[in-house]
Amino acid sequence: MTAVAEGPAASRTSRSHRKPLLQSEKSQGLALISPTLLFALVMLVAPIAVVITYSFWSQDYLTVDRTFTLEQYRVALTEPIYRDLLLRSLWVSLLVSFFTVVLAYPIAYYISFHGGRHKSLWLFLITIPFWTSYLLRVMSWKVILGYNGVLNSGLMGLGIIDEPSTALLYNTSAVVITLTHAWAAFAILPIFVSLEKVDRTLVEAAKDLGDGPIRSFLRVTLPLSLPGVISAILIVMIPTVGDYVTPKLVGGKDGVMIASAIEAQFKRGSNWPLGAALSVVTMTVVTLMAASIVLIIRQAGRRVR
Amino acid sequence: MRAILSKWLPAYAFLYLVFLYLPVIFLPIFSFNTSAVPKFPLTGFTWKWYLELPNTPALITAAWNSLMVGVTAAILATILGICAARAITRYRFPGRTAASGLIMAPLVLPEIILAVSLLIVMLSLGLQLSLFTVVLGHVLICIPYSVTVLNAGFEGFDRSLEEASADLGESSFGTFRRVTLPMVAPAIISSLLVSFTISLDEFIMAFFLAGTDATLPVYIWGQLRFAAKLPGVLALGTLLLVGSFVLLTIAEVLRRRAERRVQGHGVAVA
Repeated sequence: MTAVAEGPAASRTSRSHRKPLLQSEKSQGLALISPTLLFALVMLVAPIAVVITYSFWSQDYLTVDRTFTLEQYRVALTEPIYRDLLLRSLWVSLLVSFFTVVLAYPIAYYISFHGGRHKSLWLFLITIPFWTSYLLRVMSWKVILGYNGVLNSGLMGLGIIDEPSTALLYNTSAVVITLTHAWAAFAILPIFVSLEKVDRTLVEAAKDLGDGPIRSFLRVTLPLSLPGVISAILIVMIPTVGDYVTPKLVGGKDGVMIASAIEAQFKRGSNWPLGAALSVVTMTVVTLMAASIVLIIRQAGRRVR
Repeated sequence: MRAILSKWLPAYAFLYLVFLYLPVIFLPIFSFNTSAVPKFPLTGFTWKWYLELPNTPALITAAWNSLMVGVTAAILATILGICAARAITRYRFPGRTAASGLIMAPLVLPEIILAVSLLIVMLSLGLQLSLFTVVLGHVLICIPYSVTVLNAGFEGFDRSLEEASADLGESSFGTFRRVTLPMVAPAIISSLLVSFTISLDEFIMAFFLAGTDATLPVYIWGQLRFAAKLPGVLALGTLLLVGSFVLLTIAEVLRRRAERRVQGHGVAVA
């Protein structure tokens, strides 16, 4: 509706004056985006500000003490349980983003360079599994990797192993496999988009000038598609660090991640300030890790060129 | 070298698809199996897990809750998405990049942190946790997807068509109904469907913000603790899978039609 209301008004001003149009365009744009922006401010920025505030408070049973303290951060960073959970979560998210990107790149490359007329069909096929219930996909991996699971019975049927292996489920690698599967589409799509933007004449030029397929890929296609790789890493790494469902279902005792600790502090109401500090630490550390990896990749990309 | 590449890349692509579909395929397979334990060899074909579903009152309530939450969240997210996408694609204003960055931020934040921060705020404000608080959380995480879909739909939008319609004497409402709406409608419907599907499947927000009312994923989460309930959950999952597949196919077809329509208009005007 807004679109219509402003339509004729804007065209009228454009005929008479130039400057008012620019001003009105600014205010119209701001007015139009303001409901969404306001929602994001109230539902995202304000809550995160509250979490940060809480992390500097402390709690004794049910009463929250609002005097400033760094105690929660000391606990979050030095208590062995939380430190170990945080380190494991970071390690898992690092592995998951590495595997998703490395496995996704060839497929994105194949669709972009050899997909032909079927590009959008390929993309559709890749996104479908991602739309099935996340809980059930994780559950399905439990069925595949379990003691009586599909993989074990398959391997025994083939005579490769004599008795079911317990090494497949309830550990960190089960978490990594499941998450790598769950985030595949999030890595393929950004890489595909940036590969689509690679100017094909540049690849041909490199080949005409004597570069083989591997050299032209390493020196032209790969560096030009790095923005996609970087956004894939960011989109996968930061959310996976806080994953709750996968470690709970397939992680067992060795695969617990930081989200379980955060949940425990909030859900059973035991300690909001500590939960808040754990959230802030997790967010900050994973952002720093992601940022430094992006910097390293950018540097490497520049050197190759 | 090239021969190796052109031979191995399609094979890799095929294997990758198998990897993607493998867990998904086991849901329907074991949901028709007579044994309650999901393992091979299969013991026999049965519909019984499906027939039990309508006789589970908790499931029906959860499904109804999810439907209400999904429809409300999809409508709200799409309305807010339309505002943002229209502003971003059409206008230049100070802070445009920052504003769109903020709106897209939930996409790259751990969901549990979004959920607990909303939980703190709502409990501190004295709000009762209910399906309404779940809707608010779902709108927050649906907006980035809605904006992405709508941006694509609005990008090719030629504003001179609206101006032409106004110049030719059409009223504001007539222009909206006969020019604007037909061009952006497919993107809007596709945004509604995508947001609905996300809300239907969303677990973490609902887990933290739902209070005593369960949505479908929260119900499924509760059932996963009992091994005996697994086949019923698999049957439910299969139905959800078919449902999302149908909705997304519709969304995809509409998106393509929208693309063609916008391009077609561009050519006609040129």
